[in-house]
Amino acid sequence: MIHVEDLSVSYGAVKALRNVTMSAPTGRITAVLGTNGAGKTTLLRAISGLVKPSSGTIHCNTTALVGMATDEIARFGVGHVPEGRGVIAEFTIEENLRLGVLASKIDANEGLERQFELFPVLGERRKQYASTLSGGERQMLAMARALIARPSFLLLDEPSLGLAPQVTAEMMRTISSLCTMEDLTVILVEQNAKSALRIAHEAVVLHLGSVIASGTAETVGDDSDLRRYYLGLVQ
Amino acid sequence: MGSFLTSRFITYLLGGISSGVVIALVALSLVIIWKSTHVLNFAQGAMGMFAAFVGMNLVFKGTNYWLCVLLSLAVGLALGGVTERVLIRPLYGKPEINPIVVMVGFLGVIESAIPSIWHSNLLPVPTPFSQVYYQNNGHTILISPFVIFQVVLALGIMGGVALLFQYTNLGLKMRAAALAPEVSRLLGVRVNRLLTLGWILSSGVGAMAGVIVSSGQSLAATNMDGIFVSAFIAAAVGGLESPIGAITGGLLIGVTESFILGYWSSNMAPLAGVIVLVISLAIRPQGIFTRNITRRV
Repeated sequence: MIHVEDLSVSYGAVKALRNVTMSAPTGRITAVLGTNGAGKTTLLRAISGLVKPSSGTIHCNTTALVGMATDEIARFGVGHVPEGRGVIAEFTIEENLRLGVLASKIDANEGLERQFELFPVLGERRKQYASTLSGGERQMLAMARALIARPSFLLLDEPSLGLAPQVTAEMMRTISSLCTMEDLTVILVEQNAKSALRIAHEAVVLHLGSVIASGTAETVGDDSDLRRYYLGLVQ
Repeated sequence: MGSFLTSRFITYLLGGISSGVVIALVALSLVIIWKSTHVLNFAQGAMGMFAAFVGMNLVFKGTNYWLCVLLSLAVGLALGGVTERVLIRPLYGKPEINPIVVMVGFLGVIESAIPSIWHSNLLPVPTPFSQVYYQNNGHTILISPFVIFQVVLALGIMGGVALLFQYTNLGLKMRAAALAPEVSRLLGVRVNRLLTLGWILSSGVGAMAGVIVSSGQSLAATNMDGIFVSAFIAAAVGGLESPIGAITGGLLIGVTESFILGYWSSNMAPLAGVIVLVISLAIRPQGIFTRNITRRV
């Protein structure tokens, strides 16, 4: 379980997160929803140690993450697919994946084969440069690279960004089945609330850095005010 | 065959290759730092000479040449690590001009420090191999055992570095840390450690270039200044990212310089770098061995 308690993050005078408290239960997908500037990406960056909170705590099970370096948090078992995917265009698919496994104790070749089983298209193009991949394939590569080290926790930042609706639906199905297969605790940050709520078990809605609603994905999705004013879902 | 080897063309070509490998070595050290930390180290030549001074001065005192080479290498490696930790690390994330300014200042500091630490010695540093050129039917071929040693050593270092970057996990992590430090951290890579390692490695290569340049010549703090300028151009010709490009650029400049010297005028030799740079920019402005990468955002 990932538990965030009273977390605040500021960028200079701007408060990006204000006393955020939320939990992502083990083995489930928790969607973090909200409009632009709600603080969704900042929340993930704080969990990964990329930004320092001004106050509050973050725990993965019983381990406190605040104060740990980003690379330490990654080696602890938190995978993070950043917004824009973070695929290294100058590397081949295989090099990108190999990079994901180097800091772990997993055998690189075993890890590669496993990811190629999960994402066969990557296996077929393993020697191809990442710069040649489509948006959906890059997203697959970014997820495979985060998964190759067998993390217990997976943070996904806008995986549907820039993808066609059909590809987004396929991506969401993949996330859902990975969560079950790998027993992953997933925090899924999305602007595309409809797609995210379809696969999420839990949901948290952020607005201007504060949590304005949380609960099961179903209850959040059924709230007509939330749907209309914060999730951009027309009735 | 004999007359071919002693022809003017081959003589100038061989001379160009032997000076080109040193340019290539310094260019390679610049590329290593650029690839691993995205910093242009304008003090690279001076740092290499400092390391060479520490070791090569002891040769005059009777210390074994190879021990002195190892000492220079160790000093070069340590100097790279300390420079990164003390001068460069505080500047990460700051404007790109900051490390450039700091390293230009450091160049001045080193070149002033060397003459105040070591007294000038005009004697050439003794070499482990003969510097007498081979003869063929009474004609001189511009190759000596020492030139062969210089070329083989330089090529060995270049090969080792290229293999490290291209085929090892460490090289992969070093490239990733330079290209995408944040993503690398998210994947558990200890980026800061690799940045230091990049400087250590580069400074070690620079120290070996300093040793090669100094052997057989008198030691001077500015021995590497001209070579550094050519090396900088060579690295740019190669696209700054490519070790093979830097090596090719270095060899091209060395050979062009040698041909200009031989067929034209010694006054015009400094033009070699400019000629190679202008032609390569006209043909491949992104660097002769750099791939065009379209970044999607």
